[in-house]
Amino acid sequence: MSILINEKTRIIVQGFTGKIGTFHAEDMIKYGSNVVGGVTPGKGGQKHLGLPVFNTVKEAVHQAGAEASIIFVPPAFAADSIMEAADAGIKYCVAITDGIPTQDMMTVKSYLRRFPKEKRMLLTGPNCAGTISPGRSMLGIMPGHIYIQGNVGVIGRSGTLGYEAADQLRMLGIGISTSVGIGGDPITGSSFRDILEFFESDPETKVVLMIGEIGGPQEVDAGVFAKDNLSKPLISYIAGLTAPEGKRMGHAGAIISSAGESAAEKVALLRELGVTISSTPSDMGKTVAEVLTKM
Amino acid sequence: MDIHEYQAKEILAEYGVKIADGGLAYTPVEAVQRAREISSSSWVVKAQIHSGARGKAGGIKICKTHDEVEKAAEELLGKKLVTHQSGPAGKICSRVYIEAGTNFTRELYLCFLIDRSSERIVMVGSTQGGMEIEKLAKTNPELIHKVYIEPAVGLQDFQARTMAFALGLEDPKLLSRSVKIIKGCYRALRDLDANMLEINPLVVTDNELIALDAKMSFDDNALFRRHKIAELRDKTQGDHREVAAAEQGLSYVGLSGDIGCMINGAGLAMATMDMIKLAGGEPANFLDVGGGASAERTEKAFRLVLADKNVKALLVNIFAGINRCDWIAEGVVQAIKNIDMKIPLVVRLSGTNVAQGRKIITESNLPIIMAETLAEAAEKVVQARNEMVARGI
Repeated sequence: MSILINEKTRIIVQGFTGKIGTFHAEDMIKYGSNVVGGVTPGKGGQKHLGLPVFNTVKEAVHQAGAEASIIFVPPAFAADSIMEAADAGIKYCVAITDGIPTQDMMTVKSYLRRFPKEKRMLLTGPNCAGTISPGRSMLGIMPGHIYIQGNVGVIGRSGTLGYEAADQLRMLGIGISTSVGIGGDPITGSSFRDILEFFESDPETKVVLMIGEIGGPQEVDAGVFAKDNLSKPLISYIAGLTAPEGKRMGHAGAIISSAGESAAEKVALLRELGVTISSTPSDMGKTVAEVLTKM
Repeated sequence: MDIHEYQAKEILAEYGVKIADGGLAYTPVEAVQRAREISSSSWVVKAQIHSGARGKAGGIKICKTHDEVEKAAEELLGKKLVTHQSGPAGKICSRVYIEAGTNFTRELYLCFLIDRSSERIVMVGSTQGGMEIEKLAKTNPELIHKVYIEPAVGLQDFQARTMAFALGLEDPKLLSRSVKIIKGCYRALRDLDANMLEINPLVVTDNELIALDAKMSFDDNALFRRHKIAELRDKTQGDHREVAAAEQGLSYVGLSGDIGCMINGAGLAMATMDMIKLAGGEPANFLDVGGGASAERTEKAFRLVLADKNVKALLVNIFAGINRCDWIAEGVVQAIKNIDMKIPLVVRLSGTNVAQGRKIITESNLPIIMAETLAEAAEKVVQARNEMVARGI
């Protein structure tokens, strides 16, 4: 098993016919993801990459049986696309778009909360590399070949740092059940904690690696949740040891603006909660390997 | 993006918040003119810099005469003010705001900001205005009142009243004034995509509430639809390297170390800087060159990092996901040929087509130090930096 996506998951691409949407749709298809079409308002009825284009997400759900969607729509229109997907009955949505206004995301989250939990679309991102269940399905923009199938669940904010972790694991012959990018924005669709719940109920996942960074309360919240609710070991690395206070380090959410948000403080709190810490980014793979050996 | 106090006050006034009479001056002569225009027995000359805690740094001067106003403006204009929030380099003061002195009985604190935990706007208030709220949160958390606002329905009157009562504004006239101010602030935050709006202090006079200081900060991601706000940017308040980088579409943060960095991806950039620190070095900057690191972009990034004269060695760490290591290697080689680089360069490539990328760099015969892992890259760049220092460069 894997979480969120597998080889059967029927995927549509929102922003399908644009340059970026096209590039990554091709890559996902090449990887073996079950892409069944895409949405570009005004281009409904056309074919793109040999697949149907729909005007609305609702049509894609009804006519192509779409279950999951990936969003490449520009920042100004991305929140609208996410809400359209939620309304149409998409179960899982990955928003790749970087640069969505924070207040738009506040509206999106408020909109999602209106649905009862069993009908609520799960959103990861925005500003993320997506999700991959190696060997099964890729719903993202990552280089698929660096991920091998296995038993480590990975959750991270950053794209390239996630690749670094996958690569370190691959060098050690360690595979991944699913890797989920939750994104680097201040308000994200899902938190580390939300994804931990999925990994807890996945029998294939034996340990979880959480790659966090400075800013916000999410990493520590996940640690608190894990202490009582996660039966599997949690390993974490927190990036941003050298980040000064009040400066945005690339990601809109990577800014130390109040107490408890620095890397050192997060690491100390996570340690207290029983999380195994990889104190350097070059030891993420090694630390996971050590935990696996002890099991 | 931050703006100045006088700009925030102009915005707040449009949203129904009362401010004292005031005017902006770029010279001492203008400062006196502004003071003449404001009928008052005293004036406050305030340095306009993007930093809090100006008072303690001597950036706020109370004056009884026009001569004093002139002298205060002379002292402040052109001066770099170092506050405990401005960083050691301080901020240049190129304009002063002259305001009528205000007599008040109480100082309150009022702030609106986006709370990441609840994913809502939170209104924060305290009867202990004028103080630093972070300090108060540690010493007397019971004196801080919070009201969370549901984004779908917005701020309700009862919530505004709740805050007003918590601030001790029961007097009927003050109550209606405070509800108006609180609602105005909320509308300003929502209409203009602000991340933060702080009035500290909000003072109580006989029958009025006046915003004596105001601070606003805006969401960079929303500036594409807030043109009037984007125009308020004061480039003199940013680190000049960061301003130059932003103009070229690069994400850069200047730091005080001497090892330059160029990395793709914000998370990997922070992680690489951590590695440098753990290897005994100090990074000179954060720099995310983004996904498509073309030769042209690479060269721009190199020039930006090397413009910092403290930089004694440079580390390039690229994880090729969407792009390919061979393209990046070609970009690095071309950029170095175009720039007369005098400091050692360590390059670590990984991901797609890594072997081809390394081959291009080796065959270029340029003095580039190659590294395979993150740890090796950090050790090599720190070593190269130490050798430069030992040679007295």
